Amino acid sequence: MKRIALCILALIILGPLAIIGFQWFHDPGSDRKSAAVADRAQLVARGEYLAKAGNCIACHTVRNGDAYAGGRAITTPFGKIYGPNITPDAETGIGKWTADDFWRAIHNGKSRDGQFLYPAFPYPNYTKVTRADADAIFAYLQNIKPVTQANKDPELRFPYSRRTLLAFWRALYFKPGEFEPQSSQSAEWNRGAYLVQGLGHCGACHTSRNALGGTTTSADLAGGMIPMQDWYAASLTSDPTTGLGNWTTRDVADLLRTGVSGRGAVFGPMSEVVYGSLQHLSQSDIESMATYVKSVPESEAPDVASAPVAEDARTVLGLGARIYRKQCVECHKADGKGMPSAYPALAGSRSLTAQSAVNPIRMVFNGGYAPTTEGNPQPYGMPPFSGTLNDEEIAAVVSYIRMNWGNSGGLVSPVDVARYRGLPAE
Amino acid sequence: MQNAMSGYCLNRGCVKKLWRLLCSTLCGLFLLHSPAFAQQAVPGGIAERAAPCIACHGKEGRATSDGSFPRIAGKPSGYLYNQLVNFRDGRRKNAQMNTMIAYMSDQNLKEFADYFASLQPPYPPPQAPTVSPSELERAHMLATQGDPARNIPACTACHGEKLTGTQPSIPGLVGLSRSYLAWQFGSWKDGTRKAAAPDCMAQITEHLTPQDIAALTSWIALQQVPVDMRADKSIASAGAIKLPIACGSYIEQQREQQREKQ
Repeated sequence: MKRIALCILALIILGPLAIIGFQWFHDPGSDRKSAAVADRAQLVARGEYLAKAGNCIACHTVRNGDAYAGGRAITTPFGKIYGPNITPDAETGIGKWTADDFWRAIHNGKSRDGQFLYPAFPYPNYTKVTRADADAIFAYLQNIKPVTQANKDPELRFPYSRRTLLAFWRALYFKPGEFEPQSSQSAEWNRGAYLVQGLGHCGACHTSRNALGGTTTSADLAGGMIPMQDWYAASLTSDPTTGLGNWTTRDVADLLRTGVSGRGAVFGPMSEVVYGSLQHLSQSDIESMATYVKSVPESEAPDVASAPVAEDARTVLGLGARIYRKQCVECHKADGKGMPSAYPALAGSRSLTAQSAVNPIRMVFNGGYAPTTEGNPQPYGMPPFSGTLNDEEIAAVVSYIRMNWGNSGGLVSPVDVARYRGLPAE
Repeated sequence: MQNAMSGYCLNRGCVKKLWRLLCSTLCGLFLLHSPAFAQQAVPGGIAERAAPCIACHGKEGRATSDGSFPRIAGKPSGYLYNQLVNFRDGRRKNAQMNTMIAYMSDQNLKEFADYFASLQPPYPPPQAPTVSPSELERAHMLATQGDPARNIPACTACHGEKLTGTQPSIPGLVGLSRSYLAWQFGSWKDGTRKAAAPDCMAQITEHLTPQDIAALTSWIALQQVPVDMRADKSIASAGAIKLPIACGSYIEQQREQQREKQ
């Protein structure tokens, strides 16, 4: 009896130690070495392009600050973490790093000293990046202006503040491994899959996360709430209602490259992605991404809420219709078809059919212009209504646009609206 | 340069042809790159694109009876542009402004600034003062003479004799509501309104007491708007003033204008 108890005790202690030890010493990909590069300038230029594809600058630059010098706070459910300085400054940046160190960070989520990196750095996606591409990005980052700016320590709650415990997170949710092309698919599809799954880290927002911040299923891109940001990342699956089933490949490519399309315009956090990253990618890379995204299968449970319209709902929808006719109809039109690309259609808009109504609620609050891009150099915008409409009115008009023109979204209550009033836009 | 050109193109007709060729090539390129969606007849002008602004700033940017949204019509374009850039880049904090234009290019912001600078809708009547006549008189002195002992320059030294602004980037103050003006002084004090360094208005505000601010805002809101408020006539030209204190946003604008001239 005593022996059994001792064995169990040993297992309880040794099991976790084994996991930590394994994660600490196991370095998959360390056998992949840099290939010799003849044209360094070309390597740097390719690295710059790839850094844009990965939108590295977004998290590693504070608004209006020095590029790549870090400092931007990433708010997570576990506390704040700050993007570090990745300029080639020797003391505060990554000036002392080697290409092997950088590869290990990208591929295996470990810092130069071997410490586990927090997965706010999307290495579960970046692990798909090839060694050659990682080397190019590193060459580019070593070539930019060094900036002396000390890193800020993470402000995370216990136990998340203990980096060692990330060993367990990694064991559960992190599978290192370069992208493996599928021979049954076209070169275009494979290029798109590589960019979407890897540097594009689309799944970081478009795949829902569990309570520990892990992506639940194998990167299904079925959409989900973005933790802490209070925006809903739409489904990228082929679902005709909530996903991209009714979009053409061209619609997807237009949206990614220009910020607007015949089917809708970007808003919220996706504006930053288009502005800082996607608009700079080549037409062929964008088309590849669109081709791949269009092939993502429908997920099992379509994320739609549809409730029967009760009598009191008719009152709400009546109020919504009146507000719509007064405030919205000029641009979005009585038939809800809008005037694409300037004013997106609301009829058939997938943002309006998702279970969460957060996106339309916040769009009505804040309004906003589509990002300026080369393909849409003079964007149109929507005014904010947080000052002109109260919670009840916004609930009514959002309910109306979610349930009119065949849209299958549900009713929204003033309480839902109040939750998001006054939220910072970012 | 001219000689080199004449080798290829000798007469005016030829230049015209070249120009047409260039235009059609550019148009072709544009069409190739434009998205495939069916373009509907959306009015393409700046008035349409700037329409979201007037939801708060009033018809033609003349402000509304709600005192919290300032008049933007007829302000010097450089001033409007500076403020748009400050909002976009987070130097000035206002949730709605920060969100609206977060991902817009300098070029777009310049277009908005030029558009509202060119408008001259009528002004609201002066607002009745909320402070005593003696306080108003003190504000009058402060606004027109300053208080050198407290390092406070006169408002008129920069904003123009009639407080109608100075080119290219110093705003007019007449026609602004008392509550908006008071809010701005508060924002300089708590750092939610910043400009390019040196931030002259933030420095001046440091020397102002709450009584000064109450008196000044009342006095400014009481001023009659000059009859002729056309921008080119009423806004003082850049050379008309010598700043009593260094202002980052003014220096930058002047440099830019000089660059454009060169």
